Amino acid sequence: MSNHPQEAAKFVANDERMHWHDKALWFVREKRDLASKSIPEWEELRSVASEIKTHTLSKLDYYLEEFEKNATQKGITVHWAKDALEHNEIVYSLLEKNKVSKIVKSKSMLTEECHLNPYLEERNIEVIDTDLGERIVQLRNEPPSHIVLPAIHLKKSEVSETFVEKLGTEKGNDDPTYLTRAARASLREDFLDAGAGLTGVNFAIAQTGGVVVCTNEGNADMGASLPKLHIASMGIEKIIPKLEHLGVFTRLLAKSATGQPITSYTTHFHAPVVDGEMHIVIVDNQRTPFLASKDYNKALACIRCGACMNTCPVYRRSGGHSYGYVIPGPIGSTLGNFKDPKANKTLPFACTLCGSCTNVCPVKIDLDTQLYTHRQDLGAQGLLSKQKTISMKITAKLMQHPKLFDFFGKTIRKLVPMLPKSIVYSKYNIWGQTRDLPKMPKNSFKELYKQGLKDEL
Amino acid sequence: MNSKQYILNSIKNTNIIKETPCPQIPDFGIVYEDKFEQFAQIIKTVGGDALVCKKEDLDKTIASLYEDEKVISSNVDGCTLGNFNTDVDDPHKLKDIDLAIVKGEFAVSENGAVWIKNEDNKHRVLYFIAQNIVIVVQKDKIVNNMHEAYENIDFSDAGYGAFVSGPSKTADIEQSLVIGAHGPKSGYVLFVE
Amino acid sequence: MKIGLFIPCFMNELYPEACVSTLNVLKNLDLDVDYPLNQTCCGQAMANSGCSNEVKDLAHRFVDIFKEYDYIVAPTGSCVTMVKDHYAPFFNDDPAYNKVKNSIYEICEFLHDVIQVKEFNVSFKHKVGLHNSCHAHRALNLATPSELNINYNSKLKNLLGMVKGLELVTLQREDECCGFGGTFSVTEPDISTAMGKDRISDHINSGAEIMTGVDMSCLMHMEGLINRDNKPIKVMHITQILAGEGE
Repeated sequence: MSNHPQEAAKFVANDERMHWHDKALWFVREKRDLASKSIPEWEELRSVASEIKTHTLSKLDYYLEEFEKNATQKGITVHWAKDALEHNEIVYSLLEKNKVSKIVKSKSMLTEECHLNPYLEERNIEVIDTDLGERIVQLRNEPPSHIVLPAIHLKKSEVSETFVEKLGTEKGNDDPTYLTRAARASLREDFLDAGAGLTGVNFAIAQTGGVVVCTNEGNADMGASLPKLHIASMGIEKIIPKLEHLGVFTRLLAKSATGQPITSYTTHFHAPVVDGEMHIVIVDNQRTPFLASKDYNKALACIRCGACMNTCPVYRRSGGHSYGYVIPGPIGSTLGNFKDPKANKTLPFACTLCGSCTNVCPVKIDLDTQLYTHRQDLGAQGLLSKQKTISMKITAKLMQHPKLFDFFGKTIRKLVPMLPKSIVYSKYNIWGQTRDLPKMPKNSFKELYKQGLKDEL
Repeated sequence: MNSKQYILNSIKNTNIIKETPCPQIPDFGIVYEDKFEQFAQIIKTVGGDALVCKKEDLDKTIASLYEDEKVISSNVDGCTLGNFNTDVDDPHKLKDIDLAIVKGEFAVSENGAVWIKNEDNKHRVLYFIAQNIVIVVQKDKIVNNMHEAYENIDFSDAGYGAFVSGPSKTADIEQSLVIGAHGPKSGYVLFVE
Repeated sequence: MKIGLFIPCFMNELYPEACVSTLNVLKNLDLDVDYPLNQTCCGQAMANSGCSNEVKDLAHRFVDIFKEYDYIVAPTGSCVTMVKDHYAPFFNDDPAYNKVKNSIYEICEFLHDVIQVKEFNVSFKHKVGLHNSCHAHRALNLATPSELNINYNSKLKNLLGMVKGLELVTLQREDECCGFGGTFSVTEPDISTAMGKDRISDHINSGAEIMTGVDMSCLMHMEGLINRDNKPIKVMHITQILAGEGE
């Protein structure tokens, strides 16, 4: 159950940290702007990407089957999971069959969504997240707070404390290079030990039957290339029709995400390693209902770049954990609210409808429109607070009667200046907790207009 | 009904998205006056560097970059610095390689990436497990952008390929860029004239 | 050309001076303006709160009141966006609505695009920060949003550039949201306050004496914060500057 206003208030309470977080993400947004402006055809590229996604989703069953056929021909085994549990069961059975007791995992929001780690750990499989940010939050027993920058909410001093405790680094040494080297050394042992590598999938190409994984650290590549067993988990929406479409998406992804020209590694896996096995698990887990929704189907086009989070003025000031859903920020709010409106009903309101997210989205998802529409759906489903619906009903009625509205307005304007401050600014006046009310003018504009604008203001 | 059928049926039966034609990608990719210059400039921003040398100077050039590295592998024609044969049965045996000198197929100006195919290598982990990497590319094999890049890629006969742009890196701790995460800690692209 | 003036409900009650300025800017250009007295509210606050079911009658009222005018002009980007972008579900391709939808303008957009004003003959010798309110900015395209890679233009800066003596300051964040967001200001009061304070700081740090914009709602939110914290900056609706008032 998410309660964004409550969690956000906690984050904002530490003003210094809130501003530090806001600035860090704004810096990423600015890098994204610079990168996008280095490409004159940027806006056209977004349009083409959006069209490719729409086309693909319109024939998703066809492309999924084509993908399976071509992947199988390449010696890859394809599995299908209708939900999170089935996904976890498939992964576990593969590990069991191969007698694997330790796995290295690279970043995959899907496995977060499926809660794969606890599922495997309960079955005595050691799971090591290997992306540095993911490893940090794993050692702290926290979820990631951002889909691309999992530990963006943490200060280096906190990372240092965690590493002192878990990796035995020097106390007080919070130099990022030192800490990264310590994690590298420790994770290298894990890579060498692990019996299987799990990765996510950025793109799955129907035409060639392979998957593409994009990382900077090289962790997915180590994990997928060193052990004999590689398991890649993907949502059904990761499909693209042809190899040439990667030209579009690889240009957009990293530039939108972090402002990098491309990720350090953009790896195309089209076969197992020598004498090894490669498995791909295709997961639905409540994705197909999006295809049946005229308002929300575009959300499935998301390529998980995180640009909407970096630009969101609410996300930057409330932190990823405040959303209480596996994917935070604008895209998470629409996905989460669609999947479970009751649990996530505060999320479409964690937004000022500023529209910046829609403008940065590389595949042109109409995020702000979706969040507006979710609000109406929540209203229609009776999931808004009584207080809100009643006050809005009354206001709407009032506004149908101009004379009544005039009278009401006039009463407020006369009354407020006469009341003691303690009443005007009581705890029930949420607006007034941090803001002064406007000065109450003697006349409304309508009154002045009727008087021929002669009267004093 | 198995899960595959279940998923495919629910897509078939419920999908309301009208079929649109698959868009043609316009010929709009950015082109550069000097493809090498652009590449060299970009790769510096991602922690790598680009150098040019003659084929006969390969050894000398690489040796000057890596004076202390002991375990070296090379699958590049014209480079004799290799002292470790990567054609081992188990890829874990590559763990002590200090420097891998590998062949790159072509470079991309737009983003400082090089396409590697692993045709001359048994184990693809070589590119990531080595402490340092030098990718050797023919100087005339530079394309402008990713659209041109994919025109040169074909998986009908291949099982693997990757774009590598600079050494491995991370900025997961307070957005401070650290070169050398899990893969190589340095990465040069050496263009051979 | 007959213009119907729409004034947002709260602005009518709380900011009559800015409403008078709006009227004066139009009258200074010898335009024929009428202010229909039975107007109330466009329903935006209810719709943004998820209660658009309550808005249907208000939407029909709005269209009935304004459908006969050649142009509908309003000193707000967000209410105009409400009418243009969110009324459609209440009308079944109704010609009256379609006419209203295409003839309603935020006042600066109207001055810039329809009247194509070339001068105002007013002066305002102050350092001014322009707050680009989100709906005017991104839904009505009054300026190029910083996210997009298209040629830059700002209709508001073009208009303010015609005011003698006015010096426009450069903000660190050209088009960051102020955090008003209608009922967002009270359902997420902590984030709303934090965003508003940051927006104010950006203006003050950039040397602005006056913050202006096309939406009095954003300005009301920030004025409330400014007055509570005694910050050295004032807010003015853009029409107050364009009408030559406050100098």
